[in-house]
Amino acid sequence: MHGPPPLPPLKAKDYKSDVKPIWCAGCGHFAVLSAITKSLAHLALPREQVALVSGIGCSSRLPAYTHVYGFHGIHGRALPIATGLKVARPDLTVLVTGGDGDGFSIGGNHFMHACRRNLDLTYIVMDNEVYGMTKGQASPTTPPDWTESKLTPHGTGLPSFNPAAIALAAGAGFIARGFSGDPSGLTDLLTEAIQYPGFAFIHVLSPCVTFHPEQKAWKQTVHEQTQTTTADRVVAAQRLQQDDRMATGLIFRSPANARTEHAAPAHPATLEQMAARFLTG
Amino acid sequence: MDRKTDLSETRSLSVAIIGSGGSGVVTTGKILLESIARFGLYALMTRSSGPQIRGGESAIMLRVADRPVASLDDHFDLLLALDWLNVDRFADELPISTESIILRDSDQGEVPPRFNLSPEQQLAAPLSQLAAESENGRANMVGLGLLAQLMGLPLETVKETAQDILKRKGDAVLASSLLCIEQGYGQAPEKKIVTPLTQPASPTTRWNISGNEASGLGAVQGGIRFVAAYPITPASELLEWLAPNLERLGGGLVQAEDELASVNMIIGASFGGVPSLTATSGPGLSLMMEGLGLAVASETPVVVSNVMRGGPSTGIPTKSEQSDLNLALYGLHGDAPHLVLSALSIRDSVFTTEWAVKLAETLQTVAIVLSDQSQGQARAVIDPPTSPMLEGKRKLAVEHADYRRYALTEDAVSPMAIPGDADCMYTADGLEHNQLGTPSATATDHQLQLDKRRNKLSGFDYGDDWADIGGEGDICLITWGSASGAAREAAERLTRAGYPTRTVAVRLLSPLPIARFSAAIEGTTHQLVVEQNHGAQFYDYLNARKVLPPTAGSLARPGPLPLRPQEIVNHIMKGL
Repeated sequence: MHGPPPLPPLKAKDYKSDVKPIWCAGCGHFAVLSAITKSLAHLALPREQVALVSGIGCSSRLPAYTHVYGFHGIHGRALPIATGLKVARPDLTVLVTGGDGDGFSIGGNHFMHACRRNLDLTYIVMDNEVYGMTKGQASPTTPPDWTESKLTPHGTGLPSFNPAAIALAAGAGFIARGFSGDPSGLTDLLTEAIQYPGFAFIHVLSPCVTFHPEQKAWKQTVHEQTQTTTADRVVAAQRLQQDDRMATGLIFRSPANARTEHAAPAHPATLEQMAARFLTG
Repeated sequence: MDRKTDLSETRSLSVAIIGSGGSGVVTTGKILLESIARFGLYALMTRSSGPQIRGGESAIMLRVADRPVASLDDHFDLLLALDWLNVDRFADELPISTESIILRDSDQGEVPPRFNLSPEQQLAAPLSQLAAESENGRANMVGLGLLAQLMGLPLETVKETAQDILKRKGDAVLASSLLCIEQGYGQAPEKKIVTPLTQPASPTTRWNISGNEASGLGAVQGGIRFVAAYPITPASELLEWLAPNLERLGGGLVQAEDELASVNMIIGASFGGVPSLTATSGPGLSLMMEGLGLAVASETPVVVSNVMRGGPSTGIPTKSEQSDLNLALYGLHGDAPHLVLSALSIRDSVFTTEWAVKLAETLQTVAIVLSDQSQGQARAVIDPPTSPMLEGKRKLAVEHADYRRYALTEDAVSPMAIPGDADCMYTADGLEHNQLGTPSATATDHQLQLDKRRNKLSGFDYGDDWADIGGEGDICLITWGSASGAAREAAERLTRAGYPTRTVAVRLLSPLPIARFSAAIEGTTHQLVVEQNHGAQFYDYLNARKVLPPTAGSLARPGPLPLRPQEIVNHIMKGL
């Protein structure tokens, strides 16, 4: 067999596009973009077999910065677009990116149902506890006493959303926390998440240097989790109620396999046979 | 004008069966309809039910003729009442004339005075008593036998049909049902109360299909292989038909968490190269609007089958109205050209849905198909439907060098790459973009892409399928969707009475082919726009398009009562 000479393996930069990100200098999302492209290169995935789907927000701009298939949709609906794509095209590797407002507020219902639907998707949420694109309003993960937004001058007064705990309760099989300040740790988590045969949720702490400059201190407060990954949902639930939400690593990994919506038809039929069922008599 | 003289040519028999929920009205209707089909005649059967799942009111209205039936008649010739519970809730839907006969179960009390019948118009039969004679016997089956006898249907045909329809209920139920049918059949009154049906000489091939099933079949014939949807009345049967049938075709259906999800799921699947559809009704369509704008902007073909019901808000979920036209035309924010079509009958639901899929795929846009409860949940015996000539395939990327997803082309349709195509990677975007698909907020790119998205629709030749046009005359009835049936029959009655009338039933509502529309109404002097909604939405739309003469009139009446032919005839006669 003499085919064309094998192409040189793709490098991380081959998965990047020429489009310049709109992100502020120092934004955590740059490192997440890099980690994603490194994981894709590490897994040697053909670019045309990868699709990156997003909603609206700073982090949702990410697909345009990659050189794979992308869909930049509308606010909160990245997971439904990815769900339709994955069911229709199970051969593709489908990644979903977005922020805390997109995923946990306007898209909160889809987050729960994507977890329980358990399709083979990787959902990467870049959490900076703020709506950056609309200039700094409180999101579901913003601390209750944050008073920097004119919209909520007294703070939201609401307890912040615990994404990993919600994902666990909704049935996600793979739950991890990463940090944009630890790109190599994040790349490893992403690589494992993409390979996981089911819905993988990665909660990435990704600072907003513009509206939350104090998040620069995450460099000091974020730490690796001390416990090993558990496959026990009860143990994971307990840990997630007790942890400081700053611990990185793979928290929970279920041995259960992903669901595939598309099975070979048990009783195939042609269009003609379908129409014939309406014949009278 | 005298309706009697018309009947000599459009001879038909109208029968209604009423009862409380659970009394078996719908099953009785199904067996009767299929028996009529096997006898060789055409029929239309609509259904009316209350919001209750069990124990509410239920009615079927059936009209039989020796030619296709597209509308209910003005009155019922024969009404069978299994009981009178909740009858007040739908008595309005049961117009009775001085010649109508009401047949009641003698155990269920007198005919309510609101029907205002003479004693000669009332008949009682011991339906429950006869049913009680056999184990598991049911009054509805006795009533079916009696109806079949009065209508002139052969007992064997009805029994065979019942056997086919009831066989999954088990031998015991089937045996007692057949016994009840026989007993009812033997209960013929002494006098002949309706003219019995006559069997045609050579029955041809017929279909027995509901409007929702017809839409489903049209969808898969058009190429739909992925559906995501959220249950809603009266569209759910469409989804229930699609779920197993998509599976048989190697496709799939996802029940989404809400309509926001379902519309975005079909966008994702279509982006993946699989023609996709969702079905819903008004409230769901409202929720989908932002997603449909995304499909327009990203040029991702999707189809929405919207089975209308009474609105606004939750409205009258189980009853029909043509009041989502404005939403379908104008609901999207921004300048978002897309296709809006209407299915003109149960039979046409196959054609129009198939055409909508093919147009959406060809033009890489959104197509909303409007049907409604009176059509979707009705069944009819029809001639086999036809298919559009349009091939209806997506223009795919073949040139991979220097690929531009939103390239400006002669027909304004850009070749679409599908994930898996090497070297064509692009990002579909709801943000305004340049030809490459890269987000762009420049005035030039916005203008070019707006022009492109408009021109691909306005420059396409939709051919003669944009409307069904029939008849010649001074009078012109302009209509759309399910109202077409009553309008067509009104036109026939007017023509026979010496007032030649044309009907223009519009299938492609947007973009409206202006020149063809003008040609279609040319030469007519009295135009009337007929539709079933309160706001005269179609009339206003046509006026905004400046295609109507200033003298054109409007007959716009809200649901839930169906438009009936004589109502349209009377409206015309009043204006002449």
